[in-house]
Amino acid sequence: MNTINVVSRRGFLERFVSAGALIISVPVLEQALGASQVDNAPFHPSVYLGIEPNGTVVIIAHRSEMGTGIRSVLPMIAADELDADWKRVRVEQAIGDAKYGDQNTDGSCSITNFYTAFREAGATARMMLENSAAVKWSVPASECKVKFHEVVHTPSGRKVGFGELVTAGVKQLPPKKEELKFKAPSEYRYIGKDMPTIDLEDLCTGRGKFGIDAQMPGMVYASIERPPVFGGKLVSVDDSEARKVRGVQQTVTLDGLKLPYGFQPLGGVAVIADNTWTAMQARKKLKIEWDLGPNAAYESEAYKKQLLDTARKPCKVIRNAGDVDAEFARATSKNEKFHEAAYYVPLLAHAPMEPPAAVAEFKDGKVLAYAAVQDPQAAQDIVSKSLGIDKKDVTCHVTLLGGGFGRKSKPDYVAEAALLSKKIGKPVKVAWSREDDLHFDYYHSVAGMYMKATTDAKGRPTAWLQRSVFPSIGNMFTPNADYAAGFEMEMGWINVPYTIANQRAENGPVKNHVRIGWLRSVSNIYHAFAVQSFTDELAAAANRDRVEYMLDLIGEPRKMNMKEDGPHLANAGDKMDNFPLDTGRWRNVIQLAAERSGWANKKSSPGHGFGIASHWSFNTYVAAVVEVEVNERGQLHIPRVDIAFDAGQIINPDRAKAQFEGASVFGTSIALMGEITAMDGKIQQSNFNNYPVARIQEAPLKTHVHIVASNETPAGVGEPGVPVMAPAICNAIFAATGKRIRELPVKKTKLA
Amino acid sequence: MIQLKVNGSARQFDGDPDMPLLWFLRDVLEMTGTKYGCGMGLCGACTVHLDGAAARSCSTPMKDAAGKSITTIEGLSAHGDHPVQQAWKHNNVPQCGYCQSGQIMQAVALLKDKPKPTDHDIDEIMQGNICRCGTYQRIRQAIKEAAGVKA
Repeated sequence: MNTINVVSRRGFLERFVSAGALIISVPVLEQALGASQVDNAPFHPSVYLGIEPNGTVVIIAHRSEMGTGIRSVLPMIAADELDADWKRVRVEQAIGDAKYGDQNTDGSCSITNFYTAFREAGATARMMLENSAAVKWSVPASECKVKFHEVVHTPSGRKVGFGELVTAGVKQLPPKKEELKFKAPSEYRYIGKDMPTIDLEDLCTGRGKFGIDAQMPGMVYASIERPPVFGGKLVSVDDSEARKVRGVQQTVTLDGLKLPYGFQPLGGVAVIADNTWTAMQARKKLKIEWDLGPNAAYESEAYKKQLLDTARKPCKVIRNAGDVDAEFARATSKNEKFHEAAYYVPLLAHAPMEPPAAVAEFKDGKVLAYAAVQDPQAAQDIVSKSLGIDKKDVTCHVTLLGGGFGRKSKPDYVAEAALLSKKIGKPVKVAWSREDDLHFDYYHSVAGMYMKATTDAKGRPTAWLQRSVFPSIGNMFTPNADYAAGFEMEMGWINVPYTIANQRAENGPVKNHVRIGWLRSVSNIYHAFAVQSFTDELAAAANRDRVEYMLDLIGEPRKMNMKEDGPHLANAGDKMDNFPLDTGRWRNVIQLAAERSGWANKKSSPGHGFGIASHWSFNTYVAAVVEVEVNERGQLHIPRVDIAFDAGQIINPDRAKAQFEGASVFGTSIALMGEITAMDGKIQQSNFNNYPVARIQEAPLKTHVHIVASNETPAGVGEPGVPVMAPAICNAIFAATGKRIRELPVKKTKLA
Repeated sequence: MIQLKVNGSARQFDGDPDMPLLWFLRDVLEMTGTKYGCGMGLCGACTVHLDGAAARSCSTPMKDAAGKSITTIEGLSAHGDHPVQQAWKHNNVPQCGYCQSGQIMQAVALLKDKPKPTDHDIDEIMQGNICRCGTYQRIRQAIKEAAGVKA
């Protein structure tokens, strides 16, 4: 039923609204359906909005809150169209349920995919209240207007509150989608305004409840010793010493996973205790023999060499335009110079400040869980599969998330809690330690890239070859996914927007030896690093201004049609036709970043450099100018970043800005210090002492965010700020020191 | 039996004296405003005040908290209106917010020692508190606002 409906409370929202409330459902757009959801389901996934008899508006937030503000901002869209008083709006966090459509808060698409449905929900409720008032007063509906949580009879000035209209409202037929009328942008109360989030007060007073804070009566605490090498298996355990620790209740073994690894728990031995600390301490006393399995020889230095060696040989062609080989042959015959460079980005960990955490209870064949998850439906799914119960018998409540960055859309830890609860018959909290988090992450891929170009007399490429090799996220769902998945190639690899006659993008094969998963902006990180660094190298070789050079390569404003020289791209899960890559918008952010940073008047000098990089991801155009200072001891300081972006229409400018301020820091961590390595198959980093992330004095001192005003379809803001940072920083380092960083993190290179 | 005060109330603990204060607060008293982030005093998420000075509760064994007066984020102000909390709200500092209890407790301690902190003072004292969302710029701004110094 792909229509707007008045729905009954029973079976839908009984936990959220009281009896007698008016509840409407507005179907979500097709792209917002979950992967397994089809239109012939008994219901069409929808946005739900209720009005209580006391006038309170209840809006269901079905996306997870991990710091973007999304669970406030989506409801504000509906509240604005309804012209509700935000103080009289209650936001309720949805449990995992397919009736909400896709809940995987990931891929920077919440606003893109749900903006329309939330607007329609607000407009529907507004029109129904106006109609109810018209019936009540026996006047034409056209004379009734909602104004700030009341309906006003325009000619007489009579007013009635929302609550008084609910009873009449529930008897009405809702308007059809095509009958909906929307506010003019000039009438917006919340859209486009810097509204604070509903969680601000709680987050400044310690009252916010995260996954690690969730409690259930009778709950016990688990700490799990997992196989030290991915794919390893438990041979035997001696738990006698661990069980002697006061406060330890028992130990439990968990089976290992089967490939493909998906969201399955890793298995191991759990210590169950009266509190977290006791469980963690007793766990150290377990004596375990492991079969380390097939990945015990994995070693990062050798693997790096393998990636880079593979990238130097012909690989699978993903995009091809013109004839790169013929141009290279011509250049060789004329003895012209080639430009070549190999780039490397190591494994990275998400390291959200809150490590993975969940509480679950198995009782009467059903599971109740409270967890910090980006995707509660995925949690339902893996819990049901792990326990052999029906998905509908898994209830997953979503707490606040202490950071996510992609880690928490993989709910292996919820399944751990549920499995343990089933085995011991009590609610169990599983809170990963920081060491667990870094040892057993779904790591961001390590990647090797090789770039080669010939140029004309002005330094403009006449042929451009790029190869990337990295273990694919595809391994999560398909064993031996040796080549990249299509979506990984779409992330900044086959959509380089340069007007070069001969261009080829390739991808090479490699096996994975750890769990690979997506991290904030995913493949864009290493692809942008290679493309934007190599662009800078070519500009430097030609002694050209970087901004002018970049604009020259991008060429005139146009909408890229990739059908002619490559596959028809999807883009951030959407059709390219809906979001064509617009080089005019790309050029504009470069020019804006240059202008606001004062690029034209800033000249790099020894120890003081400026660098620029630009990238397009999640349908958002971004350019960053970074200023670095490098002292005589080689210490680096970033006094200023100017980052310009065009993400179409912006609903909450302050929260969008905050995402780019945060991306500036997150990208700085990646550039300067992030590196996960393996030896004998084991991850060597364990905590923030050996997996450092940017601290206040290492982060850019000031990040100026410049928003392009736009009425285009809203695009992503959570991730797109990240990819530009590493290349912009490294290009600035080159400008300051003459040292070209081709391998991240920067800390491995002496700058003095 | 270990005796201590938490936010003005007398509390006692008869468990393992080596258990860190963090887990006493979180698991025994069920006061979850103080966060776990690393367990090694590396990230600052667990920062509380011990007799008025900032301390990492994850690395403070209960035996060292004996006889001490602890203030947690829950006890910083009755209505969330400590000047530092007000500045935090005014600047919309938190993103995910997980580290912010620790950040706020550390910032309050900083301003007690240095009522008019310079950028260098802020770097020196706040560098022990990690924010993975990257709210540092607003933390700096909020500290200066609470101190009444020019940003």
